[in-house]
This record gives sequence, structure tokens and C-alpha cells, in this order.
Amino acid sequence: MSAARDIASNAAAILRVEHLHVAFDHPLGAVQAVDDISFTLLANERFGLAGESGSGKSTLALAILRMIKPPGRILDGLVHLDGVELSALDQEAIRRVRLAGIALVPQGSMNSLNPVARIRAQIADALADHGVALSKAALEARTADLLRQVGLRPEVATLYPHELSGGMKQRACIAIAICLRPKVIIADEPTSALDVVVQRQVMETLARVQRDIGAAVILVGHDMGLMAQFVDRLGVMYAGRLVEVAPIAEIITRPRHPYTQMLISSLPSLETRGTLHGIPGLAPLLRDLPPGCAFHPRCPQADARCRTEKPAVREIEPGLQVACHHA
Amino acid sequence: MPDAAPLLEARHVTKRYGGGRLSGEGMTALADLSLTIHAGRPSITAIVGESGSGKTTLARLLLGLVPPTGGQVLYQGQDLTSLTGEQRRSFRRDVQAVFQDPYEVYNPFYRVDHVLTTPVAKFKLAASRAEGRHLIEEALRDVGLRPEEILGRFPHQLSGGQRQRIMVARAVLMRPRIIVADEPVSMVDASLRATILGSLRKLTDERGISILYITHDLATAYQVSDNILVMYRARVAEIGAVERVVKHPQHPYTRLLIASIPKVSTTRDWLDGDEAQSGGIAAPREGCGFMDRCPVAMPRCGTAMPPLYRTEDRRAVACFHHDGAPELMPGEMDDVLVTGQGTGAPP
Repeated sequence: MSAARDIASNAAAILRVEHLHVAFDHPLGAVQAVDDISFTLLANERFGLAGESGSGKSTLALAILRMIKPPGRILDGLVHLDGVELSALDQEAIRRVRLAGIALVPQGSMNSLNPVARIRAQIADALADHGVALSKAALEARTADLLRQVGLRPEVATLYPHELSGGMKQRACIAIAICLRPKVIIADEPTSALDVVVQRQVMETLARVQRDIGAAVILVGHDMGLMAQFVDRLGVMYAGRLVEVAPIAEIITRPRHPYTQMLISSLPSLETRGTLHGIPGLAPLLRDLPPGCAFHPRCPQADARCRTEKPAVREIEPGLQVACHHA
Repeated sequence: MPDAAPLLEARHVTKRYGGGRLSGEGMTALADLSLTIHAGRPSITAIVGESGSGKTTLARLLLGLVPPTGGQVLYQGQDLTSLTGEQRRSFRRDVQAVFQDPYEVYNPFYRVDHVLTTPVAKFKLAASRAEGRHLIEEALRDVGLRPEEILGRFPHQLSGGQRQRIMVARAVLMRPRIIVADEPVSMVDASLRATILGSLRKLTDERGISILYITHDLATAYQVSDNILVMYRARVAEIGAVERVVKHPQHPYTRLLIASIPKVSTTRDWLDGDEAQSGGIAAPREGCGFMDRCPVAMPRCGTAMPPLYRTEDRRAVACFHHDGAPELMPGEMDDVLVTGQGTGAPP
């Protein structure tokens, strides 16, 4: 497979997120978990969303699917999927878009499958719920086909989740996610509970399936190694904002935002020992964000301006957006 | 051997779960493992392997949380199952644990102080309240926390990283000689891992505490450890000085493990591997447990279990491809391990 996937050649936008705001109500005032986020996902593209826990990446993923539950709510913003504006849809219509238009591979596959239903029944449920009525034989063939696509034996259909290993469960989740050939797959830390060998196999499966059905993927996670190997473009989130968006090769070779730089250098190397660096300080509390740039208390480059003025997201080069006064 | 009886020793330890008329043969979680930890030679030994390889079972056996099915776990030469009351207290102080989940270990109704004041009281670590408070503050500072930001808080008011460091502080408070840390950073953010592992490293370098660092993350193991023990299906696949094992892995499983780590690089070859499913649950009845996944398996691998071959001064490998090197006897496991020299990891 060609490693450098040509994004320009299929530059049709499949998903457009515009000025999305999500807040959680709290006795001390609303907390902005997603703060004015805009980005575009191209057809067939693999886009990464990286950041520390609490940065808002999972909330953003759920907000795209309009799955934010109270006390959270979407304050503002538009999400266009293939020309359809999702926020204008009623509950029934958005329910049909989930899975069929945008599918979620949730975090912790262990807990997202129904423990008392066979895999076959769970796939059948997903299809039936979206109005796919199949005969028993056709359903069996479809299930076997889906399982084969994710590298599982067809017999897995008759098993319960507890009879599967972690990697097999995650593959079963991918099988359910692709059963209606969605245009976008959102994978929220799909391999965080798996060991490295299985992680690699599952990500290979996801990459192949994505190519097979021609879907775009949003990969949510904090492992920069995984991002470097999997995504075409990366968005880095900090305190609810997208602070940098760039092609992955740019992010690795020339990260512009100081937070991105630290995120990359915090990854333990297998080349030289004694190079383990943390990011000093803690991620800020969303309900008590520092003034100016939210990253300034941890930033080595912070100056007076950073402490008072919130940096806007600027396009500093075509396809390269950064929210930093110094970039 | 400088010291008479090692501080903690696993001698031919086997742990089987299940087995019996209904469940058939049962499952071997750990097979005939021997490992010695000497008091006078502090080091960090990483135990790595996939889930189900037996690494957590080893931790639980060494902590005396489960009894072995075969073999013995010895504390200062005494079997853990036959410790006297006094010896048991001393064992409970000397050997401390840090577990994976910094969320589950706290009772949400108590302030976090509770996990620190309880051991001080139970083990009579301080003569007065003030002295106890002083010890607790010192332990918190040892792991890079500011006592004034921690004490008096409830668990939900602290981050996962802070909570996990409190668990390390709790272990330090006991002035232990060994800490068994089972996946201590797998649930905290990458950016915080360095800080927590740095605190562990400092404990070895400055306090002489030996640490067993149990993890599936080879990269952090490489960064903080002196030695590494790679486990596969209840057995040791490779053991030795971390620098040698990680840079020049000799066991095919260690090689697979290292090749599976996604690297921050513009060279994108990680998705071009062999997507095939791993071997599944059933291990071959005889022979090397890795045979069904091994790219270099030979007919011989299916007939007998490979012993550990000492291929270098500081390394042994359980693979028939290294037949010819002398066999490492179970009692000699610590001969291939190095004493802590520090890695230069930041405090």
C-alpha cells in the first residue's frame, strides 16, 4: 500500500464541522468542552484527533453524532454530512444517519457489546433497526461476509462476547460499524485496551475495511505513534479547542504549536534511553481556564500577550492551521 | 551471592486456574518460573508481555495475594504460606504494590488522606500525629506532589495522574524494599507517564528500592528499567539487560513485540504487517507456546519446550534457534540481570 496517500486527488469534503460549541451545565456555570471547532473531513481521508484526556476529543466525536447527553448540550454549530445539515434533522432522522451515515467504533469494545447476545444477533439488530429486512439465509450470508471483512471466522457469529478475545471483540465492533457502509467511521481510541501486537492487527483491519467500503475515518486518541502511522491529517486538541491542524508529516517533522511539540516529545523513544519527558503541569480545568491562551501556564514560549489574548486559529500555510501567537 | 537469603524469591512457581472434572484441564497462567530479588542490588526489572501472558499472575504471587499451585514464593527464605505473624507484618511493609487503576482503589466517600493515614496508623509508622503528617507530606513530595494541593481533597477532585502518584506515595510511606507496580501508568495520559515513572526511577536510584514494573508498554519499560523479562504464554521468552534485549531482540516474540510499536516517523510501514489473527486461545500441548505464530518455527519446536539459553553474559532466550549456548538453570535467573545504574530519566 502506498504510504503517502494522495488526499488532493479526491478532495471532496464528506463531513464539514463549522463552529461547533458544546457545553456541560455545572452548578458553577457552564463548561465549554468543545469551543468553536471547525474542520473538514475529505472522502476516504483518515483524520486524527489527538489530545490529553479532558481535552474534548471524545465530546467532539459524540457531538458530531449528536449523541451529547444532558447535562451536556450542543450550543451552536453546524455539521454537514455529504451535503445534509445534521443539526436540522429530527430525532428519527438523525437516528437513521447514525451507523448508516456515520458509524462509531466506541472506546472499550469490551463494554459496548451486549454481553447476553450472540454476535449474530447484534449484527442483525443493527441491520433491522435501520430497516434492512433480510431472510434468515440472506442475513446469515451477510453476517458471514461482514465477519470475513474484519478478519474473523464466520463461526464467530454464534459466539457471545465473553468467548472472544479483546482483539476479536474490537473486530466485531468494526463489523457492526461497517454493516451499512457508512461514509464516515469515528473510531474513539479503538485499541487503547489492546496490546501492541493485536493493536497493529486491528488497525490494519480498520485501514483495509475503510479502503474497501470507501469511508473516511476519524481516529480519536492520544498515542502519537499510532497517529503517525495511521492518519493523513491530524487535529490537536487542547482545552476544548483545535489548536493545530496539519498533514501528519508536517506535524511530525515541524510541529508548530508548542503543545504539539511537547506531545510528540513526551512519547517514549526506543532509540535512546533517558529521553522520557513529560509535559510539565496539568491540563487545565475547563471550568477554570486560564485567561489568554489556555496553554500558557505550561508553555515555555509564553509571553505577556499569551497571558491576556486568546490566540485565534490562523491558516499560516495552505492546509496548516495553528492557534498560537508565536507560530 | 552476597546475601544469605534473598529478599523475595519465586522458586519454580506454577499457577493453574480451573481444572477438575467439569472444567477439564484448566489454564496454566504461569509455568515453572524462578526469579530472585536481592535486597542489596536495587534495580528496576520490567515484566512485559501481552494480556494473558502471566505477568499479573506473577505479581499477585509475589505479593502473596494468591498461592502458587506448584513451587514456592519465599520472603527472606521463608515460604509466604508459613510466615509467622511478625514475619507477615514485615513482609507487608517490605513488599508494596501499586496497581493499574487509580480510580477504583479510592473510596469516594473518604478524603484521599485516608489511604495515607491508614497505613501510618496500622503499621505504627509515627509516634505522634504531627510526625505522621510529616511522613505523609514527605512521601507526597517524593513523588512530585504538593501536599497542600492533595491533602483534604476527595478522590474526584484529583486527576488520574495525581491519584496514581498518591498510590506510589502510599507505597513509599512504608519504606519498602520492593515495589511491585502492575501497569501503574497504563490508565494515565502519555504526558503524565513520564512524571510517574520518573518518580519510580528516583526511588530505585536514591532509596535503593527494587521495582518490578509490569507493563505491556515496551517503550516505557525501555526508558526506566535496567532489566527486562519478556513473557509469553505463562513462560519467560527472553530475559536480560534492557539495552541488549530491546536493541537486539533474539526471541521471535520479542522481535514481533518491538516491530508492533507504532513509531512517530514519516516512514509509514506499520500498517503493512501481517494482519492475520493471533493464534487464539489454545496453546499447543507440547513444545514452544509461540510456535503457531512464529515465522522461524522448526519441526523440533513442536516436540519440546525450549529451555532458556544464555546467549550472552546478560541475556537468556527460550528459543531452539539459540541451542548451542549454555542452558540457564532456574536458580541462575538473576545472573543475567544487571543492578540499577540509572537511565538519566528526569526526576
